[in-house]
Amino acid sequence: MRIERRLAQPRWLMLVVPLLSLVVAFVVATVILLATHHPPLHSFRRLFDAAFLANGALTETVVSATPLAFTGLAAAVAFRMNLFNIGAEGQLYAGAITGATMGLLLGGAPSPVTIAVMILAGSAGGALLAAIPGVLRAFFSTNEIITSLMLNYVMALVIDYLIFDSHSYLRETKGFNASVFPQGKQLPDAATWSSWTIHGLVLPLGFLVAIGVAVGLWFLYSRTRFGFEVQVIGDSARAGRYAGMRTRRKILAVMLLSGAVAGLGGASQDGDFRHQLDPRGLTQANYGYTGIVVAALARYNPFAVVVVAFLLGGLQNAGYTLQGADFPNGLVGVLQGLILFCVLGGELFVRYRIRFERRPSTAAPATQ
Amino acid sequence: MGGEVGEASPPITPAMHSAVALRGITKRFPGVVANDHVDFEAAEGEVHALLGENGAGKTTLSNILTGLYRADEGEVVLFGEPREFHSPRDALDAGIAMVHQHFRLVSPFTVAENIVLGDHRDVGRSFLLHQRTIERRVAELSKRFGLALDPRARIWQLSLGEQQRVEIVKALYRDARILILDEPTAVLTPQEADALFETIRAMADDGRTVIFISHKLHEVKAVADRVTVLRRGRSVATVHAAEATRRSLAAMMVGREIELGRREDDGRRAGDPVLVLEHVSGDGDRGRAALADVSFALCAGEIVAIAGVAGNGQRELAETVAGMRRATSGSIRANGRLLQSGDPRHAIATRIAYVPEDRLGTGVAPGLSIASNLVLKSYRSPPASRGPLLLLGRIRELAQRLMHNHDVRATSPDVPARQLSGGNLQKVVLAREFSGEPSVVVAASPTRGLDVAAIETVHTYLRDAAAQGVGVLLISEDLDEIFALADRILVMYEGAIVGERDAATATAEELGLLMAGGEEHG
Repeated sequence: MRIERRLAQPRWLMLVVPLLSLVVAFVVATVILLATHHPPLHSFRRLFDAAFLANGALTETVVSATPLAFTGLAAAVAFRMNLFNIGAEGQLYAGAITGATMGLLLGGAPSPVTIAVMILAGSAGGALLAAIPGVLRAFFSTNEIITSLMLNYVMALVIDYLIFDSHSYLRETKGFNASVFPQGKQLPDAATWSSWTIHGLVLPLGFLVAIGVAVGLWFLYSRTRFGFEVQVIGDSARAGRYAGMRTRRKILAVMLLSGAVAGLGGASQDGDFRHQLDPRGLTQANYGYTGIVVAALARYNPFAVVVVAFLLGGLQNAGYTLQGADFPNGLVGVLQGLILFCVLGGELFVRYRIRFERRPSTAAPATQ
Repeated sequence: MGGEVGEASPPITPAMHSAVALRGITKRFPGVVANDHVDFEAAEGEVHALLGENGAGKTTLSNILTGLYRADEGEVVLFGEPREFHSPRDALDAGIAMVHQHFRLVSPFTVAENIVLGDHRDVGRSFLLHQRTIERRVAELSKRFGLALDPRARIWQLSLGEQQRVEIVKALYRDARILILDEPTAVLTPQEADALFETIRAMADDGRTVIFISHKLHEVKAVADRVTVLRRGRSVATVHAAEATRRSLAAMMVGREIELGRREDDGRRAGDPVLVLEHVSGDGDRGRAALADVSFALCAGEIVAIAGVAGNGQRELAETVAGMRRATSGSIRANGRLLQSGDPRHAIATRIAYVPEDRLGTGVAPGLSIASNLVLKSYRSPPASRGPLLLLGRIRELAQRLMHNHDVRATSPDVPARQLSGGNLQKVVLAREFSGEPSVVVAASPTRGLDVAAIETVHTYLRDAAAQGVGVLLISEDLDEIFALADRILVMYEGAIVGERDAATATAEELGLLMAGGEEHG
């Protein structure tokens, strides 16, 4: 038996491999559930119910999926150029900060104006933060993985400082609870992003914007000169330079774009769901890091990112619902981890195949 | 190059003992059979050449012999005993050593340290380095086989020729009875190559077996006792080198007759200068001066060759002309226009085509489709794009036309460039570069790693270009190629042009001397 690289990667594999990986995940999960005295079928049923089938489950799933779609797209945009922006986490915080600030500043303005400004401000916030690793990478060849990652920790401290350790403009300072339980200032109603309800499924503006961004990015990367240059440089920077492309500018541009998408996700958190700058919620959610997983599973394809974000959102959402007295939190984590592990591990079989063959020593006499 | 060197090679008599025999070796890789029932036998004290085009299976065969691969079928017999190697170490212990084309040395380490590296017998086994013992043995081996080396020198201080000697001494130090040299002359000047041939003979006289892998016919004739020719994974024939001619060997290697020799005078005459370099200096990748006051002119319809041993500034020269490297001083004019130094886009706009030495990685983006690579330089303007938008349909049409006209063999324009063979890949590069209607073509080692048929194709392109009035700057380390193509030859040594010769009257010996830094009139 040996593992060898596939010469061609047939398209059907891209669908079959993840599906089979899920089957494997469920088989292993069954064993674990049996060992811990939980009825497997019933548990799976509850998992699917909570994620997609139950009343309001889809709405909850979309809520979980929206930020993952943004951070997934942010990662995919940069990774396509072999630019490893690990900083979507921090860029999302930055977008949340600038978005919330503009939402509060424009207290009395009409809602569409406020929303539009929040979207722009969020993108700008994320892009500005991404500019730091972008410039360092483009002009000083600094490793963007490290610089963008480090900025995540900086931003986590900044966002905590704004609400917990200072009397900033974003912190709620009035009222009885304000000094005991520090929290962000409530955004005005005009800063609440619109949502639409179709057959009981609530679609927030942010999710639709994410789909729009996915379409835009797909077009940018597959149909424009800019996208062509990004592809060439991502594949071989030397070939890009050879063809007379301005590689530094492209690196910076892609970094800014990636940061802007992540920052937009931050503004969506303010406007769609949290209605205040919520450091605890944002820092615990790990949207930026999960986005990297989303992008990888989607093979950096923008449309696939939205789909994967939706499925992963369902999984997360099911986790919240499933855990309880009879179903410990740890077991939920184990199930989620199993599914992710199998799907990511299954990727191996898209690129490689396993060949079974008899040993040459035993095969040789047989042929003669 | 004197052609048929009639060196007295000892005939192989039945009295000689077989050192290594490969019988019916077959090795399959996904999609290809690299070795198809190959038979090969070399005797003790023999220099046995393994001749074949790229992709003929030479490297696979030597990898099997050195334990890197295991054969799917067939057997390896060493000194009369069937052996099975499970790892390169097994092969080393059995007395087989290989000198790779790309040296496997640790550059901050000394010569002596590199030589004992990985050795696991007596002294090499000890936790401490027995510096003196090792140095003594190294000195002894160097002297015996004419391989001058300072055991205390560090690898990075050595020239490529010296590094090769380290590899050979390393093999001898491990008591290798069978040495495989993979294209050992690729990095050497003709003089260095001659010295190497003497070493090879000395090793053979010592009773060792030398397997000499090459695709250069004159070398094989000069050094080998017998020659085994591989073609498409099969062993075609084994002949005595003394009885074969270069022409007969080439025919066996390619499977048909090919042209060899000098360029015929086809009556074309050089026109006005299209590329003029004046006092151009520049730095290499490590910031050291790589080009020193280079001046020359290239005329329309002329092929000027830059000869030199790799690493003497040729690559930097090509890159500077193509705008990929900034000159620190001096000026370059193409078609009368001053080139903006370090701006490849300006060079492209000035119609300077560049066939880079590194095809896969610079010449093409390997992961992208053939179509994308064909428009790599023309995507900015119609018909490939309009404004910021790409016209994918047009690009595909254009690609199909170019692939058809230039005989690029692939199933579709969507195939990634990485999957193409070297020859097809070079055709993609040439198709693109010539579709830009260049006035100057800079071709850096355009045939390196290609097989004989593809080399012919590339040579035809360059000759045709010159016939149509394009100025061709050919950078090559291969004197055969230079003689086959060039009108004028400039020799580069340590970043400077050290001599100029008319190709019609130059000899390999005088060029070799110039390439090695000898005096112009020495």
